[in-house]
Amino acid sequence: MDFATFLQQLINGLSLGSLYALIAIGYTMVYGILRLINFAHGDLLMVAAYTGLFGIGMFSLPWTVACALALGLTGVMGVLLERGAYRPLRRAPRISLLISAIAASFFLENLALVLLGGRPRAFPVPPLMAGAIKLDGLFIPRLSLWTPTITLVLLGVLFLIVYRTRVGIAMRAIARDLETTRLMGINVDRLIALTFLMGSVLAGAGGLLWAMRYPQVNPYLGIMPGLKAFIAAVLGGIGNLAGAVLGGLLLGVLEILIVAFFPAWAGYRDALAFGLLIVVLLFRPTGLLGEVLMEEKL
Amino acid sequence: MPHSRRLQHALLNLGVVALLALVLYWAEQRAGEYQIRLLNNAAIFITLAISYNLINGICGQLHLGPNAFVTIGAYTSALLTLSPAEKELTFLITPLIWPLNQISTSFLVSLVAGGLMAVIFAFLTGFPVLRVRGDYLAIVTLGFGEVVRVLANNLQWLTNGPLGLKGLYPYTNLWWSWGVAVLALVVITGLVNSAYGRAMQAIREDETAARAIGIDPFRHLMLAFLVSAFFFGVAGGLLAHLITTISPTLFTFFLTFNLLIIIVIGGLGSNTGAVLGAVLFTYGSEVLRAVEEPITFWGLKLPGIPGMRMVIFSLALLLVIIFARQGLLGRREFSWDGCQRYLKRLTRGLV
Repeated sequence: MDFATFLQQLINGLSLGSLYALIAIGYTMVYGILRLINFAHGDLLMVAAYTGLFGIGMFSLPWTVACALALGLTGVMGVLLERGAYRPLRRAPRISLLISAIAASFFLENLALVLLGGRPRAFPVPPLMAGAIKLDGLFIPRLSLWTPTITLVLLGVLFLIVYRTRVGIAMRAIARDLETTRLMGINVDRLIALTFLMGSVLAGAGGLLWAMRYPQVNPYLGIMPGLKAFIAAVLGGIGNLAGAVLGGLLLGVLEILIVAFFPAWAGYRDALAFGLLIVVLLFRPTGLLGEVLMEEKL
Repeated sequence: MPHSRRLQHALLNLGVVALLALVLYWAEQRAGEYQIRLLNNAAIFITLAISYNLINGICGQLHLGPNAFVTIGAYTSALLTLSPAEKELTFLITPLIWPLNQISTSFLVSLVAGGLMAVIFAFLTGFPVLRVRGDYLAIVTLGFGEVVRVLANNLQWLTNGPLGLKGLYPYTNLWWSWGVAVLALVVITGLVNSAYGRAMQAIREDETAARAIGIDPFRHLMLAFLVSAFFFGVAGGLLAHLITTISPTLFTFFLTFNLLIIIVIGGLGSNTGAVLGAVLFTYGSEVLRAVEEPITFWGLKLPGIPGMRMVIFSLALLLVIIFARQGLLGRREFSWDGCQRYLKRLTRGLV
C-alpha cells in the first residue's frame, strides 16, 4: 500500500472516528452522572436521521432547516426519555434502570418500525456534502472532511459549556457526588435533563452525519454505531470527555485501517470493537484516560 | 424439614410430573399441530427463562448474551445430527471440515454436546465477563452475542456462513422439550435452594458483605454462568430441531429481549415466576397476533399493523419495570407448604 492510499484511509478513519466520538460523548456524559449506559442513545441517531429525511425529502424544507429541526427534536426526545424511563427509577436497583433503558430502546425501534416501515430509505445528501475532491492523486469524499470539522466545532462548544460556565461546574459536581451537589442547592434533576439534552443534540448531529455517510435509513440504524460509540467511550475512559473523543478516533481509525490492510478480515469488522472492549476491560478497566470510577459504585 | 413431609413433597412432585406426562400424552394423541407447537414453544421458553433467571434474578447480574449460547448449542447439535450426505449437499461453497463431515450422532448425544459446547464457551468468556459488574457485564455479554453472530456468518467451513443449515430432522417433540424443561427446573431449583444458591443471593444483595463472610463471588457467578449456559445450549439444540432451519440471524438480541420480558414480568428472582412468565408470553404473543392481522370490528374494517406486538411488549416491559418492579410474583416461590397453608386458610373460612 502506498503512502497516498494510506493517507486516504487515515482520513476516512478519522472521519468515522469523529462520528464515534460525537456519539460517545453522549454516553460518557450520562454515564458520568447517572452511572448508566443509556441504551436508547443509539436510537436517537435513528430519530435524527428520519427527521432529516422527512424534512428534506417529504416536506422539501431547505436542508439547513431540516437538520436544525432534527437536532431540536432529538434533543427533546432525549429529555423525554430521561423523564419517562430513567427519572422514575432514580432510587431503584441498578438492574431495573438498565432493563428500563433496554426496554426504552426497543420501544423506540419498534415504534419507528410500525410507524415508518422497515424498508430502508435513501437519505438525500445535501449537495454541499456530496461528491468528492481530488487532490494530488488523493480521492477524498467531501463528507470525510465535513464530519471532523463539524465534530470539532460541536465539541468546542461543549467543552466551553462544561469547563467554562457555571452550569458546567454544576454538571461536573454532579458527576463527582450527586447527593452533595443536591445539598448545595443545585437543581440536580434539571441539570440531568440538560445533560441529556446536550448529549442528545450531539447524537442528533451524529445521526445526520451517519445517514449521509451510509445513506440507508432504517429503524435499526442506531444500534451498531451506538454500541461501538459506547465501546469507544469505555476505551477512552468512561466519564471523561476527552477520553471519549480519543476512544472514538482510535476505534474509527483502527476499524478502517484493519479492513484496508487485511481485506480478508472485512467480515470480522463488527467483532473488532467487542474484542477491543474485552481486552480493555481485562487489562485497563479504567480506559486510556479514565480515573478510578468503576470501583466507587460497584 | 421432617422426613415424612419431605417424602410427601416428593410424592406430590412425582404426581405433578405424572399429570404433566398424561397431559402431554393426551396432547400428542388429540391436539392439533398448532397446539403442539405452542406447547413445545412454552417448554423451551420455560427452560430458557429459568436458566436466565439464575443469572439475572438470583445472582443479580444483567447478562445480555443468552442468544449467543443458544446459537452455539443450535449449531453444535445441528452439525451432529445431520448425516454426512446431507452435510455434503448443504456445504456447497466451502466444505465442512473433518471430522465433522464424517460423524453423525443421535439426538440425545447432540443435545448434550450442544450444552457442553455452550459451557466451554461460557467458561472461556467467564474470565473477562465475571471480572466486571453492572453495565459493563451487560455490554460485554451483549458484545459476545454480536461476536458469535459475526463468527457464524464468516466461518463458512463450520457454519455454512449466512446460508445456515437446512433440512434438520424435526426430532424435537413434546417429550424432548418438556423433559428438558422439567430437568432444568429440578436442577436449577435444587441449585438455588442449596448453599451455593444462598451464596449467589448473598452476592446479589451485597457483594462486599458476601465477600466478607468468605463467599468467593467469581466462583459462584461462574457456576451460575456455566449451569445456565448448559441449558441455553440444550435449548438451542431443541429449537434447531424444532424449526429445522438455522442461520446466523435466527437467534439475535431479540431472543434475549423476549427472555428479559418473561423474567421481569414473572418476577426477577423467582423460578415460579419465570415458568409463569414463559407460559404467559407464549400464549400472550399468540393472542396479540390479532393486532397484526386485519380485523372486522362491528362492521368496521381495521387493517392489521405488522410489528405492533413488539411495541406492546416493549411498552409493557417499560411500564412493569417502572411501576411494578416486582412483576407478578416478586421473589415468591411456589411451595407445597404454602399451598397447604393456603388451603387451610380457605377451608377455615368455609367452616
